[in-house]
Amino acid sequence: MTPLLEIRNLHATADAREILRGIDLTVNAGEVHAIMGPNGSGKSTLAQVLAGHPSFTVTEGTARFAGQDLLALKPEERAREGLFLAFQYPVSVRGITNAYFLRAALNAVRKHRGEPEFGPVEFMDLLDAKLKAIGWDDTFLERPVNEGLSGGEKKRNEILQLAVLEPRLAILDETDSGLDIDALKTVAQAVDRLRRPDAATVIVTHYYRILTHIEPDVVHVLSGGRIVKSGGKELALELEEKGYEWTRDEAPVA
Amino acid sequence: MSGTADVTDRYLALYRAFAGNGASRSPVWLRDMREAAIDRFTEMGFPSTKQEDWRFTSVAPIAEAPFTLSAGPKGDLASATAAALRGVATNAARLVFVDGTIAPQLSSLPSLPAGVRIESLAAALARDPDLPREHLARHASAETSPFTALNTAFLSDGAFISLPAGAQVEAPIELFYVATGVEGEATLSHPRTLIVLGRGAAATVVERYVALRDGRYWTNAVAEVVVGEGAHLEVYRVQQESRSAYQVATTHAVQARDSVLRLHALALGASLSRHDMYAALAGPGADLVLNGFYLLRGHQHADHHTIIDHVEPHCTSHEYFNGILGEQAHGVFTGRIIVREGAQRTDSKQTNNNLLLSAEARADSQPQLEIYADDVKCTHGSTAGPLDEMALHYLRSRGLSPDVAAGMLTYGFAAEIMGRMEHAGLRAELDALVRTRLAERGGGGRRA
Repeated sequence: MTPLLEIRNLHATADAREILRGIDLTVNAGEVHAIMGPNGSGKSTLAQVLAGHPSFTVTEGTARFAGQDLLALKPEERAREGLFLAFQYPVSVRGITNAYFLRAALNAVRKHRGEPEFGPVEFMDLLDAKLKAIGWDDTFLERPVNEGLSGGEKKRNEILQLAVLEPRLAILDETDSGLDIDALKTVAQAVDRLRRPDAATVIVTHYYRILTHIEPDVVHVLSGGRIVKSGGKELALELEEKGYEWTRDEAPVA
Repeated sequence: MSGTADVTDRYLALYRAFAGNGASRSPVWLRDMREAAIDRFTEMGFPSTKQEDWRFTSVAPIAEAPFTLSAGPKGDLASATAAALRGVATNAARLVFVDGTIAPQLSSLPSLPAGVRIESLAAALARDPDLPREHLARHASAETSPFTALNTAFLSDGAFISLPAGAQVEAPIELFYVATGVEGEATLSHPRTLIVLGRGAAATVVERYVALRDGRYWTNAVAEVVVGEGAHLEVYRVQQESRSAYQVATTHAVQARDSVLRLHALALGASLSRHDMYAALAGPGADLVLNGFYLLRGHQHADHHTIIDHVEPHCTSHEYFNGILGEQAHGVFTGRIIVREGAQRTDSKQTNNNLLLSAEARADSQPQLEIYADDVKCTHGSTAGPLDEMALHYLRSRGLSPDVAAGMLTYGFAAEIMGRMEHAGLRAELDALVRTRLAERGGGGRRA
């Protein structure tokens, strides 16, 4: 079976500084991967490069998404193909309500798939169902996208988008950072409920906490722009107990 | 500088002709008021950019153009104005003015609650002048503004809306100031609006400035708005003058205790426009929202000059102005907030956000806070810049094409302002109007 995501020897720079130095990663449908690592290891860069962030340049290597050349696709094409990045710092959009934005985004994806677009009324029904499924209320649907929201609310908003867009590959870029215990639980449970056999999740995180709510199949340690260690969920626990220092001595995995 | 004396002489001559004509039949108090106003105008003359309040706006094009007073509507205007009047609810009270003079055949007045007056100012002054006289030119002072002075000097018609205590008018009251913009005639009109709401009254008023043709004319408008104790007034001001026209306007509002005023101001037309808004929060608990949006392109210039005067304690003023500026357009915003000594617990907020769609577009924004009380909350902020690259990427990462993403971010500047409009029907109508204008950008549409 073709892997959902297959990254080989990926190098990327920002302002001529190399941040990713040869990433290799394979993610199959139905799996949850955790990418852990200290600050500055390149975790967020990897997430953003996969979503096509304009500040980064890929200098070497390949990334295939469901068999397609991911790096040849524009950011909006990646999204329509089913790649979703939950931003570490979601951007606010003046004047545009969440409901309006979500419908436009979902319709862009549906149009690409050749499915009929949703009218406002139909869409509100769907949205209600999604909110119920993840156990949230509709208080911020009529508020502008991310504007005036707290850090936690913004993260929650990303997860709502994830629920509505139903991507094949969800990358959560430090979605857990800055959340209090209750908010983390809510977000993690929502993500866990969205797991599907035909989709995969990559959780980029600095902390072990979120992995107590979403059990990963594979844990990777990123250091100096490379994956230096991969293992089962027990690796996450080991990192929690011993910190990241010890991983630096390990040889990068092939 | 152009010969300032020549310019004022020209207006003095216009005034003499006007005063010697139909205006001579007016009551003495009104004639005296006009005389004082033209005197004041000739003393002041047109402002120059050397004056702080006019630093960013040159009215030289207005001063130099040989405007003449409109001779009054000619021919059959019913069909011509029908298009301009579309979208108006049939059950609404409507006053239509053509080049400043009431057009009764285009106006309609359904049955109104007892004591409510919606009529032309000329009719009100002839029929029952006590109430209009009590307020007319008492608020918008001819002393400090040459344009208000000029409007007052030529005061002959306009709209008079008055609600007695407790009265409510549900449907929006529509005022149309229609400019015919006749080819080759540089006409000048002086629309005047007086709105007086008694204690606990409630109304919605729409003040529209529209043009039948793309003529070069000048509208010099003044509106006085008196909101009584506990009254609730929502005013929609929609400036859609011709793209060749000039508009100078003053809105002067006075709010009594616990009154609520929402003033939504849309500036879409005119080659050069200036709107002075003054609001006095003159009773404790008064609540004001000034909510403005301007959409400019080509060489359009729009200047919003606001002064909010917190006279009494426990008042709230929230001021939001957003602009979308394309091509060589120039937007100016001045937000002066005065918190008088003793106006404690003032809650004042001001924002001005400008989207610059081209490198030549320009926005000047200046907050001016004068605070003489110590227990107040005053915030202000302004921005000017192109579309946010990070926001564009964010929207694209959700599947939207660059065009759709840019359109959405642009529209957001308007939508933020529209979202504060309380009347759903008007909000929808004006939202559609702005969306159409924004869509014209892509098609290279030049008309406002």
